Amino acid sequence: MSRTVSITLQNTDDARPIIEAITEDNPGATVHSYPGIVKIDREGSLTVHRASVETRLGRDWDPQEIHLSLVSMAGNLDEDDDYFRLAWAH
Amino acid sequence: MNAINKLGLKQRYALLTNGLDWEPSYQPKSAIFPYAEFEGIKIRDWSKWEDPFRLTMDSYWKYQAEKERKLYAVLDSFAQNNGQTGLSNARYVNAAKLFLTGITPAEYQAHRGFAHVGRHIPGVGPRIAAQMQSLDELRHAQTQIHTLSHYNRFFDGFHEFSHMHDRVWYLSVPKSFFDDARTAGPFEYFIAIGFAFEYVLTNLLFVPFMSGAAYNGDLATVTFGFSAQSDESRHMTLGIEVIKFLLEQHPDNLPIVQKWVDKWFWRGHRVLGLVAMMMDYMLPKKIMSWREAWDIYFTQAGGALFADLARYGLRPPKYADVATAEAEHLSHQNWSVFYQYTQAAAFHTWLPTPGEMDWLSEKYPNSFDQHYRPRFEMWAEMERDGKRFYNNALPQLCTVCQIPMAYTEPGDPTTICFRHSEHKGDRYHFCSDGCKDIFDGEPEKYSQSWLPVHQIFQGNCGGASMEEVLAWYRLNPGADNMDQAGSPDQAMWDQWMRMRDRVAG
Amino acid sequence: MAVVALDEHYADKIEIRDRVENFHGNIVVYLHWEEHLSFCSAVAFPFPPAMPFGALVKDILPATYGAHPDFAAIDWDAVRWTVDGRETAPDPARSLAENGVGHKSLLRFRTPGLHGYRGTRS
Repeated sequence: MSRTVSITLQNTDDARPIIEAITEDNPGATVHSYPGIVKIDREGSLTVHRASVETRLGRDWDPQEIHLSLVSMAGNLDEDDDYFRLAWAH
Repeated sequence: MNAINKLGLKQRYALLTNGLDWEPSYQPKSAIFPYAEFEGIKIRDWSKWEDPFRLTMDSYWKYQAEKERKLYAVLDSFAQNNGQTGLSNARYVNAAKLFLTGITPAEYQAHRGFAHVGRHIPGVGPRIAAQMQSLDELRHAQTQIHTLSHYNRFFDGFHEFSHMHDRVWYLSVPKSFFDDARTAGPFEYFIAIGFAFEYVLTNLLFVPFMSGAAYNGDLATVTFGFSAQSDESRHMTLGIEVIKFLLEQHPDNLPIVQKWVDKWFWRGHRVLGLVAMMMDYMLPKKIMSWREAWDIYFTQAGGALFADLARYGLRPPKYADVATAEAEHLSHQNWSVFYQYTQAAAFHTWLPTPGEMDWLSEKYPNSFDQHYRPRFEMWAEMERDGKRFYNNALPQLCTVCQIPMAYTEPGDPTTICFRHSEHKGDRYHFCSDGCKDIFDGEPEKYSQSWLPVHQIFQGNCGGASMEEVLAWYRLNPGADNMDQAGSPDQAMWDQWMRMRDRVAG
Repeated sequence: MAVVALDEHYADKIEIRDRVENFHGNIVVYLHWEEHLSFCSAVAFPFPPAMPFGALVKDILPATYGAHPDFAAIDWDAVRWTVDGRETAPDPARSLAENGVGHKSLLRFRTPGLHGYRGTRS
């Protein structure tokens, strides 16, 4: 049974540091590029770490800023001050 | 920095949602929330609701404002630089016409639906989330109209989108879908639109449309699309939270929710047939086939979702297997409908080119060459002989989805699927077991269907002739309808391209 | 099954829009030619119930289906009909009603030997 969680982000300058942070921090994540968007899949869970994005951006980054780049996602969401996580419970 | 910003996200969310609610003292709750109980949904404790996005109204305005700034900068630039001339070709614009007439008014309906839910759900958390979604949907309707108004300056078929949505035969498909949802109770609406449509199916609507726009040079649509889509993730999350919350609150909710999931999955699947045909037939440069999109966004993503929800006893939607099997046929059967009724459509049609037919063969090895290529080849022969094929009679419509009864029996693409039920001495017809089950579950509701073909026969649509009905639709014959080849749109486009070539030398 | 509605009298207030009374003396009849799916679906007509079945065959079918290359080859004596799922041999001289055709009846006909464009059911 598939337990793939997924996040789709716009392929833009704002989103690229987030995409980079995700691929770096989530071993085994698969990146699919479609026109205008990037879809990242991973088994079980996937986390965006605030610190990791901030390192790439060189400024403070609020995980809620992801709202500006998000296209779609699959999985149960947990969002807090320091991370944005998608996971399936089973 | 003020005090509230020093709080953590979870505390801030708690204060700005649950903390804003109050216990009524001079009216009973049942008088304040009169819609809360008749559907049979039982809620023990509304405070158990938590929105995982934890988005508070102040942050909501901040991010939405930023999205609007970005969007309008692009729209302005697109208009200033005559972006319409950079489209892949003039045929593409028909996908935008279908979107504006079929989808944009549905966004407005979703806005009204969520405003109602945001007023009538007793829990403060979902009420605030529904308010945000209501505002989002209004924003989507407005930005889509604004964006596509640029095309209305040049192309036919955009000018009466709202009027057409209420009257044109195929637009009764999305219209009746939302009328159905909005006339249900607030919990059913939440499951119908929030869960079944937004969570399970919306990716199949927006991602292909917007990726298609990106691939076909429609910068304006890409931008409104992705601006809207950034809200969709929040809507999807709301949808999945609603279903989990209802299932956690009381075991009696499971059969009610299951019935809604079954119903709205099937309703949504039928509406999305328009997207299937857009992807496979209307985009000049194609991104992926409907079959592939279905595999990614329903079979794979939906599989993981329903495996997760199985812990509550919820099973995948009934007839999901039928819908998956139909993915081999859906777009071909729908495009065939519009090709033969091109005289009554507010966008242009055409036959797939030989190159496109080869693409379709490759993407649909189990169905295209055997069943649909011959049909298009027959029509191409007839076109060459000067006998373009039209259907001169009006189609039989399914009472529930209101689509012409063009779908075939599961497992037999050579036989039309006919289903019917009797209710109080009248016979009702359906395109599928899915639509029949929906009728049989609520015959009182669906026996009221406003079916466009029957309304024409009853004399409620401007008259009995095609000319009178098209005038009642405010459809300009010879401009908005018929084939792309020979249309004023195509003539204008060809002239633009000649001018460009001349300038380029 | 009980109606789920806020108004307990909901079922008494509904308006069935496709009642036969709304069609000005006509009944709605659906026609479908089997194995010829280039006609995407069955088609609908408002007909007087007193119309002879033969008029349907003589006037309506050619105008509806005549564009198909198979149409001219139909052997009308061999055509097999069903009305609402029942096999029947309609009498062309008698009316639709006398042939068992009612409001929102579905008439399907099969033309033996003709299987659509190049036999593909199109």
